[in-house]
Amino acid sequence: MTEFRPLLADTLAALPLPEIWFGLVFFILATFLLLDGFDFGVGALFATRADDGEREQLIASIGPFWDGNEVWLVVFGGALFAAFPRVYAALFSRHYLLMFAILGALILRGLAPELYEQRHDEAWQRWWGRAFVVGSVAAPFLLGLFTANWVLGATRTLTLPGVVVGLAVVALTVVDGVAFLRLKTRGDLRADLRRSGRRAVIAYVGLAVASLGVIYATTPAVRPELTSPLALALVALTVLFAVGYAVALERDRHYLAFAATGGLVYGLVALVAALSFPYVDRATGLTIQEGIVSPLSLQILSVGALVLLPLVFGYFVVLYSAFSGPVDPEESY
Amino acid sequence: MIDPVIASRLQFALTTIVHIIFPVMSMGLAPFLVYFTWREVRGGPPVYEQLRRFWTKVFAVSFVVGTVTGIVLEFEFGTNFAAFSAVAGELFGGPLALEGMMAFMLEATFLGVFVFGRERVSDALYFISSVAVGLGTWLSAVWILVANSWMQTPRGYELVERGGREIVTLTDPAAAYLNPRFPYMFVHMQNAAVLSVALFMAGVAAYYVFRHHVWGYPVEGVSFWETTLKIALIALVITAPLQAVHGDLYARHVYETQPQKFAAMEAVWETDSYVPEYIVAFPTNLGDLTDPQAKELFGIGIPGGASWLASGGDPGATITGLNEYDDAPPVAIVFWSFRIMVALGFWFILLGFWGVYRWWRGELYEDDLLHKALMLSSLLGILAVELGWIVTEVGRQPWVIQDVLRTADGVSPGLTGGEATLTLAGFAVVYLGLLSLYTYVIARIIRAGPPKRAELRTSEAAPATPAEGTADD
Repeated sequence: MTEFRPLLADTLAALPLPEIWFGLVFFILATFLLLDGFDFGVGALFATRADDGEREQLIASIGPFWDGNEVWLVVFGGALFAAFPRVYAALFSRHYLLMFAILGALILRGLAPELYEQRHDEAWQRWWGRAFVVGSVAAPFLLGLFTANWVLGATRTLTLPGVVVGLAVVALTVVDGVAFLRLKTRGDLRADLRRSGRRAVIAYVGLAVASLGVIYATTPAVRPELTSPLALALVALTVLFAVGYAVALERDRHYLAFAATGGLVYGLVALVAALSFPYVDRATGLTIQEGIVSPLSLQILSVGALVLLPLVFGYFVVLYSAFSGPVDPEESY
Repeated sequence: MIDPVIASRLQFALTTIVHIIFPVMSMGLAPFLVYFTWREVRGGPPVYEQLRRFWTKVFAVSFVVGTVTGIVLEFEFGTNFAAFSAVAGELFGGPLALEGMMAFMLEATFLGVFVFGRERVSDALYFISSVAVGLGTWLSAVWILVANSWMQTPRGYELVERGGREIVTLTDPAAAYLNPRFPYMFVHMQNAAVLSVALFMAGVAAYYVFRHHVWGYPVEGVSFWETTLKIALIALVITAPLQAVHGDLYARHVYETQPQKFAAMEAVWETDSYVPEYIVAFPTNLGDLTDPQAKELFGIGIPGGASWLASGGDPGATITGLNEYDDAPPVAIVFWSFRIMVALGFWFILLGFWGVYRWWRGELYEDDLLHKALMLSSLLGILAVELGWIVTEVGRQPWVIQDVLRTADGVSPGLTGGEATLTLAGFAVVYLGLLSLYTYVIARIIRAGPPKRAELRTSEAAPATPAEGTADD
């Protein structure tokens, strides 16, 4: 033990831990966006289906998953708090009302499907169905707005780039929701979803390009990052993944479509991180090196994440393989 | 407009007071569910499948509401208490991050398997899922209480200058995270959760038993409720006396490490020995009745009682009075919350022994007074938990981190009264709705009762499910 500790500390000290944690925080955010993204997308698509049986199927498809998916947001908050406490404090208090709007949307999205299932009379299901849609659309929009404000260093809450990015994120969750539902449903519903997916991916690419244009026009501070080779490569990859998604959708390659969605989501968040770098909070001018916690805390945190994150991936493998394949809406408890 | 400091404190109080109900339900139900699942997969009587399915519904709803209200608390450290987060984040953020990765993830993923997967996974994996969910809820408590107990008895840190402000940095992780208060808090809290759920189960079961046996309205499948009542009584008679035992040790630890809080619990203003344990106390000047810091008290007390409790047996022990400190917490709130919590604790012990005695005499289903007492007490465990947390948190005021940072200095500097008042009002409305909906859903589950014997997968009446079947249930 006495030999091991300094050895571990030396190894950790040799690693660029602050930059790794900067990347990890965005990676956690991206994983949240990919996983809870399809829950949000299912919520948005819920508005497009009127048939009771289909609506039950949509809710049943995310039943076992959404709670675990949402925990990635909790871990994002925890990781940001632990690794960059001063950023967490400044950022969350700066966008005070926006944070509570996000929480409100998440409460609505979490409770609505649970309550929808409780009773089967029409008025009850109409209202909780609407609440489900509103929560599922508002949450990604507000999270997109928040993330854009964060990396662009906006101090106001309602900004033009924030709104366009928010809309792009909503479109992306629909792309994600379609990819997920094509794996989880059958019949007419599955066939109809192809058209929704095609529209959503076109909307996403359009809104993503619009976001970049708006950011370029309104935020001179990030223009060098926006035109860097890395950013341009990520944009090119996004177009490539979008085409791949559309092709996979046509050819009924469901897993491939979902993989392409993953490419779109991680690509978007990587671009966001690239725009922020080397700042971790542009509004206060805090760089990664200035915002990071002291070495001892960071080392403990790193060992914790190194042990725990692989385990967490294991849990998700167990969960998703237990419920692989199309859902049966009757399934519960 | 309410002052942003007051509004933030009220909002945090409101959101925690509502939130804690749901973890108490899930942490308290966890050991029961593990036991029910174990008996079910080992081929026990069909009632265990009924118990597992019925109480899993209550667990699942509590978990969902607990998730959405829990994220609120995590975010509030940043939104409303940014100064606290910036000062203490180096030490305080770690436990929250680890809670998410170690505990919450375990709980939330295996809950999916546990709630929806009975027909999809093997008995072994199903049982493992119940353990994983239960372990997750209890590990969550470990990390949250590590963080909270550090705020009561801060250790293993140093104050350093960072960015023009004095902040806490971690110097000794073992001392900080295994600070002296942590074990007392953890044991007292987890036992309280099981005790609260035992009372809730006993109260619900007593209603149906009373209806069937005393009132004479036949309840279909009443044996389910009879079994529930017996299981709940066993848990009650074990956890209630334990709660008093470690509660006593906990109070002595507070006397030793947070004397200010102990003085507030006992309303001791002047340092003295042979301090009486007041059963009740009121300001002698009735005009001060609404003043939480009223000093001239008239009380009925046991001579030397408080000294005796504080020191563990010496009625002559000295208790340092609140006048020795610059500030005192709102004494009346702490004093009364503590008293009512302790009184409830003794009532639970009495209730447990009363129930078990009737059972032993074979009169469990006939004693209508016992049934009524259990029904009335079904939510009192949760009330006692709330009161205990009020003693813990209000008793530490005006500090948010004992002797390190004042609560008023922890609030976000840029926060305006308008914003804070708006969100406070929003939470008051949303959480009232949330509590009503939760009560409504739980009441529906209770009214619907357990699944019928014929619907069970372990029932002899139903043929065994074919291996390839996915969802015949």
